[in-house]
Amino acid sequence: MTRMTRVMLTTPGEPVMPDVDMLARLGSLVLPNPMMTASGCAGYGRELDQFLDISSLGAVVTKSIMAAPRSGRPTPRMAETPSGMLNSIGLQGPGVDTFIERDLPWLAERGARVIVSIAGNDAEEYAKLAGRLRHAPAVVGLEVNISCPNVENRGLVFACDPESSARVVSGVRRNLGPGIPVFAKLSPDVTDIVAIAKSAVDAGADGLSMINTLLGMVIDPDTMRPHLGGLTGGLSGPAIRPVAVRAIWQVHAALPNIPIIGMGGVRTGLDALELVLAGASAIQVGTVIFNDPHAPTRVLDELQRALGERGFERFADAVGYAHRVDDEPTLGSSSEGVLDEFAEAAVGGAEG
Amino acid sequence: MAPVQVRGSVLSMKRAGAYHLLTLVAPGIAERFRPGQFIALSVGGEDSSMLLRRAFSVYRTEDRGVYGGTVEIVFAESGRGTRWLARQRTHDPIDVVGPLGRPFALPKDPVSCALVGGGYGSAPLFSLADHLRARGCRVDFVLGAASEDRLFGVLEAKRMAQSVAITTEDGSLGDRGRVTDVLPGLMRRATTDVVYACGPMGMLAAVVDLARAQGAHSQTAVEEAMACGTGVCMTCVLPVVGDDGVTRMVRSCVDGPVFRGDAVRWADVGTVPEGTWGAPVPGGH
Repeated sequence: MTRMTRVMLTTPGEPVMPDVDMLARLGSLVLPNPMMTASGCAGYGRELDQFLDISSLGAVVTKSIMAAPRSGRPTPRMAETPSGMLNSIGLQGPGVDTFIERDLPWLAERGARVIVSIAGNDAEEYAKLAGRLRHAPAVVGLEVNISCPNVENRGLVFACDPESSARVVSGVRRNLGPGIPVFAKLSPDVTDIVAIAKSAVDAGADGLSMINTLLGMVIDPDTMRPHLGGLTGGLSGPAIRPVAVRAIWQVHAALPNIPIIGMGGVRTGLDALELVLAGASAIQVGTVIFNDPHAPTRVLDELQRALGERGFERFADAVGYAHRVDDEPTLGSSSEGVLDEFAEAAVGGAEG
Repeated sequence: MAPVQVRGSVLSMKRAGAYHLLTLVAPGIAERFRPGQFIALSVGGEDSSMLLRRAFSVYRTEDRGVYGGTVEIVFAESGRGTRWLARQRTHDPIDVVGPLGRPFALPKDPVSCALVGGGYGSAPLFSLADHLRARGCRVDFVLGAASEDRLFGVLEAKRMAQSVAITTEDGSLGDRGRVTDVLPGLMRRATTDVVYACGPMGMLAAVVDLARAQGAHSQTAVEEAMACGTGVCMTCVLPVVGDDGVTRMVRSCVDGPVFRGDAVRWADVGTVPEGTWGAPVPGGH
């Protein structure tokens, strides 16, 4: 193995890793831990595997796959923004056939658990993709990227319309067979995310992934023109984390039995914990991988440490904990500051 | 060899004309490094609001010594990230990922090589020259910049090359003009077989044309905006023609930064040319 370990991070005298059961349950899907890569931030696993053992992650979520190969958009495709970035890649990818022939066998051989992100131009493309992946190796779930323009509906993004979302999800669910769970990835750029979530679940989604990027734009003050080749782009990174916490909080409150995979600006274990407390049963790290290729394993370690410090024996016990504001405090004294502060903020709600 | 991520630290930060010369203690980089590869640095410290790594081609490395392995880069202050970098002092920590990307291809035979650098783009050419000379190659340098203070490595080039031609746009050193004004003459005199070039994209495109006109191979190290440097973000793409004749949008971080000069569709950089693999077709994808 030529894989390299990171030189640093644990300082001498740091307490040993607390014993926390990190098993993550997403309905029927049980993973050894809740850490995943976010779609579009880890390719198909190969590049990241140079830095960390991708089979040690709960799951690898692939860059979104479409039916046909796709060149993506012209450059510039990226703009750095305060604590975040805009991207406008345009779903560049090899298409599902090459993915199944070239990338999936490698992921399977590496022992990775794979959640395949799929994207389409119309509901039928999504359904076809699900059919192609039905018997593919290593696939433990499908994440349906519904933040794509629907060519059949004037380019309106599926995820912005409950009916379109439902049509995509039900087609995927029908073609996939019952063994593989379907997660609908929701956009925060909607008026009522709970309505979209309910619609996806009613259509057969086993769980929800949230949040996708927020649509943004940068204008270059020197050229006085839009910076990105695609004009607009998706905002990601720590800048959007409060939006993710809010969205997960709202949907978990409305649908407490539906597993949520949380993502959006997670950079540290405490960031991950925040999403878990809001209701996420698993965590994806995305943009931070560009900054720190070891981020998935680092954040997982930090999360485990943070849970142990707060007296949790099982990761699962922390899921949605922030909603239980009336519970008697049962945790160790070391946790007081952080949890009290967060609970107050949560109770305060959206007054501002 | 796979890249490493190491917590490096500043050994020294010096001025070099209009540029900064940064030497980092970064164990593990030097023994993996080959000329043309780059490193990606995180900037702004641990809680930085600047998430994206900054990519720099490697000037030279040292794999042992009092401080362990070191790696050196040359950079200009061009934005918030490089301004932060320029303020770092000895012992300050900087997270380093590298070495990344494909290196310059080296000739098997002792051929005649012209190394063309624009501004601090010359930085990766010196370790390349070392390797070429070790293979018995003839090495000639052409270094060009807007002005004398924006040239890098003139003395070093003179120490290691058969000849060094200098151009500045303001005439403050060498010939007034651009590298492309003197390259054709040099190539004839030196009967150049391979041109290696690093610098702004416009310069690279012009150099490749001149190399092609005289039947020489060209190897170019491109500069594209990157977010990760490791191949996962897909932002640093440009149109490149493969051996099968098909144009693809390829990543300059893992498929480059060094490309065969005649494979890059220079005039189409910044676009997705018609006929590119997976390009949009009328009526949708």
